[in-house]
Amino acid sequence: PILSVRPSRALVDEAFEVLVENLPPVSPFTLRSLHHSEDGDDWEAYGHYFSDHSGRVSVSEDLSFGGTYSGREPMGLIWSLRPVPGSRTGLRLRKKDVTTPMLITISLYNGHEDFRDNSPLVSMVTERWYMGPGIQRIEITDGGLRGGLFIPPGPGPFPGILDLWGGGGGLLEYRSALLASRGYICLALEYFKTGQMKSTDLSFEYFEKAYHVLKDHPQVIPDRVGIISLCLGTIVTLSLVVESAEIKPSCVVCISNMITKSPGKTLSGFHRSIPSKFNKIRVDENNHQIWRDVGLALLKEPSMKVDVAKINCPLMLVNGCDDQNWCAVETADDISKTMNAAGKGHLLTRVDYPDTGHLIEPPFSPHCFAGNFFVYSSNEKVIQLYGGKTKPHSDAQDDSWRKILSFLRHHLYCSHKAKM
Amino acid sequence: MPQMASYVILCSPVVLCLWEETKTSVSDSLKNNVSWHGLGVSTLSWVLVWSRRRWRPTDASNLQRDTNKAEDQSATACSRRVSEDCSIGGTYSGVEAMGLLWSLQPVPGSKPGLRMRKKNVQAPMVVTISVYSSHLTEGFGDQVPLAGVEVERWYMAPGVQRIPVTEDGLTATLFLPSGPGPFPGLLDLWGGGGQLVEYRAALLASHGIASMALDYLTCKYTMETGKIVEQDYFEMAYKFLQKHPKVLGSRIAMLGLSLGTSVILKIAVHSQIMKLRCAVCVSGSHVQPMDGFLKEILDYFSKNSGNTHFTKDNEVVWRDLLLPIPTDLSLKVDMKGMMERAGNSHLLTLLSYPNAGHLIEPPYMPHARVSLFREIQSRQKLMVLWGGQTLEHSRAQEDAWRKLLVFLRKNLYSGVKSGSSSLSNL
Repeated sequence: PILSVRPSRALVDEAFEVLVENLPPVSPFTLRSLHHSEDGDDWEAYGHYFSDHSGRVSVSEDLSFGGTYSGREPMGLIWSLRPVPGSRTGLRLRKKDVTTPMLITISLYNGHEDFRDNSPLVSMVTERWYMGPGIQRIEITDGGLRGGLFIPPGPGPFPGILDLWGGGGGLLEYRSALLASRGYICLALEYFKTGQMKSTDLSFEYFEKAYHVLKDHPQVIPDRVGIISLCLGTIVTLSLVVESAEIKPSCVVCISNMITKSPGKTLSGFHRSIPSKFNKIRVDENNHQIWRDVGLALLKEPSMKVDVAKINCPLMLVNGCDDQNWCAVETADDISKTMNAAGKGHLLTRVDYPDTGHLIEPPFSPHCFAGNFFVYSSNEKVIQLYGGKTKPHSDAQDDSWRKILSFLRHHLYCSHKAKM
Repeated sequence: MPQMASYVILCSPVVLCLWEETKTSVSDSLKNNVSWHGLGVSTLSWVLVWSRRRWRPTDASNLQRDTNKAEDQSATACSRRVSEDCSIGGTYSGVEAMGLLWSLQPVPGSKPGLRMRKKNVQAPMVVTISVYSSHLTEGFGDQVPLAGVEVERWYMAPGVQRIPVTEDGLTATLFLPSGPGPFPGLLDLWGGGGQLVEYRAALLASHGIASMALDYLTCKYTMETGKIVEQDYFEMAYKFLQKHPKVLGSRIAMLGLSLGTSVILKIAVHSQIMKLRCAVCVSGSHVQPMDGFLKEILDYFSKNSGNTHFTKDNEVVWRDLLLPIPTDLSLKVDMKGMMERAGNSHLLTLLSYPNAGHLIEPPYMPHARVSLFREIQSRQKLMVLWGGQTLEHSRAQEDAWRKLLVFLRKNLYSGVKSGSSSLSNL
């Protein structure tokens, strides 16, 4: 048999076509993808297919009849990746080193249920990249900042984007690398190390410095800087946009929203304000922690919310309706209500995805339903429930990425005749 | 403050796999989708390609007779696709999805007689595609492009292994496809320029054929002894492939260009040891002495060197070296005749491309009509006219490659049953 994956090297948000030819006609086969992660875990996905009369299986055209995905799913071999049986629990697949590609081996086996008993008939390695060709990665360490700056090739100038992640902390560069591959100078900013939120000083100044790194960069168009954020990062973003005199972005994207802030012009209070409602944490039958009611309780305290009525730039909110980690949809409702009442409703773009969880990542990232989390206030390691059903969640990742890219392109690449 | 127009070029796939691959489109085989988005582009734009070395801006003046679209400028981004729109001039014209690659030429002022060939196949060829804001034919270096993007073109797919081969006196490189195997094998022979040329074998391995590029003119043996190799050198290469654990010994093919064709035809007819499953001969001739082997073939060419012409630019034309085709049977491997008599002319597939030149390479490689060539025997450097008109030659390369892959696949892969991973060297 002949297996081809086209293209065999691509960016992670690009689709590929997996085609097998020269098979016996109308026979059962399994296509399986295998990835060995940076953390040393093995992830796999597989689909059960039947070859057609000409001995062909096309993942883009044919139906999978079981496995980790079913139906017509051209990218099922990537988005339905999950830890192989027997792996550690609470895993989440995230690339730390974005300068190297994710290597995924796609193999073909005889049969369906017992496919693992056979050795693969044919296999191919495919590379999935976060950094496109010509992208430069520059480590940012001056002024006490900790981040990674990604610059596209070409003369520029480019719009800039500040990229803020959530409560897990650390430096996560993959989304920034991908945005750079799509034409933006992107700064991934670490604002606290995992487990060290309590001890980190999160004054506005730190973020303002980072914002200026972008704005003042010789290749960045200074009045075309945006912010993209997820989870805890959304509070940081909204607080800065509302209260910082220095940070006036052209547009903002907030994924999986939170608006409970800490008092004052600092974000250092998180480790106090959020845990104040930890009595609302529930657990499911697997002892996974559900935090969404913490958010609901906090929503009821107006003094603890970012005053979104003061926002003056286009804002895009992306949320999952099955978010078990936070009440993201209710938060977005609250934001909408406040902004509408203030006459700012026209700035808002909202997308809520059904059966989608908390971790809305770039397309084809494996869905993380529950994952390990280090609670900053108690230094405890727990497993948090993020929610979402794999197929709808993956569709949401795919769709939201495209919507986010077009939102960014509209506000950062096209000029406005009239400023809003 | 004047509004800065910004442009973004999208090239999909951005990180490309194989030299001859491009983005899928519905009907065609994969094509490179180069499009650029910008706002308010009322002037004519250009797309340019720079290869990392000194190769040229291929210019394509692209579409954009947009003056009647002035009213659309404000709201929507205006975008163009190379695969859909028309180039109205430059190094190519018309709707040419891959024109930015196959019409690459050396920048003005370069050395004459250049030919683009990738030496190190383990690294990609990096091509920069840029947009300029007016129709340019020169002076690209002075202008600042509006936007630029880099694209990588690879000869080796991920997982393909490159293995230098020096045992059994061979000078060769083996490329193994990724996967458990076993795979059909192929011996890849280039022409009279000698050297170890790897890119075609690397590309074939990326298509599932264990391919070995073989140097037979400037190999270690010849460089040390001064003697031309004999038939046993090729038989050694064949046996090497045959006994390799990842190669299906009963499915070995040969591919040759130019002089390589002469060798293949001789072997296909005369060798008792080499049982080829199929053979592909590009730009070659079946006219050669029946006795002897490679040395005799080369001597025959030398003998006929009186038939060499020179163009007015002093370029060497070797076309008539072997003309007129002798009817003397001792002077040629009479393939067609013999095949017809033996009743196996159905084995012959003949492809002739009008206006294509001698160097029919993998697709999208820039066409070299003339290039500097070092003659093996005399060690002389000559400017040789290979021929071909760029557009037809490039189409021929694209078509020939596709047909070549189908031919190889049909002959090397058909009839292999699914559970045959245990098939060893039959």
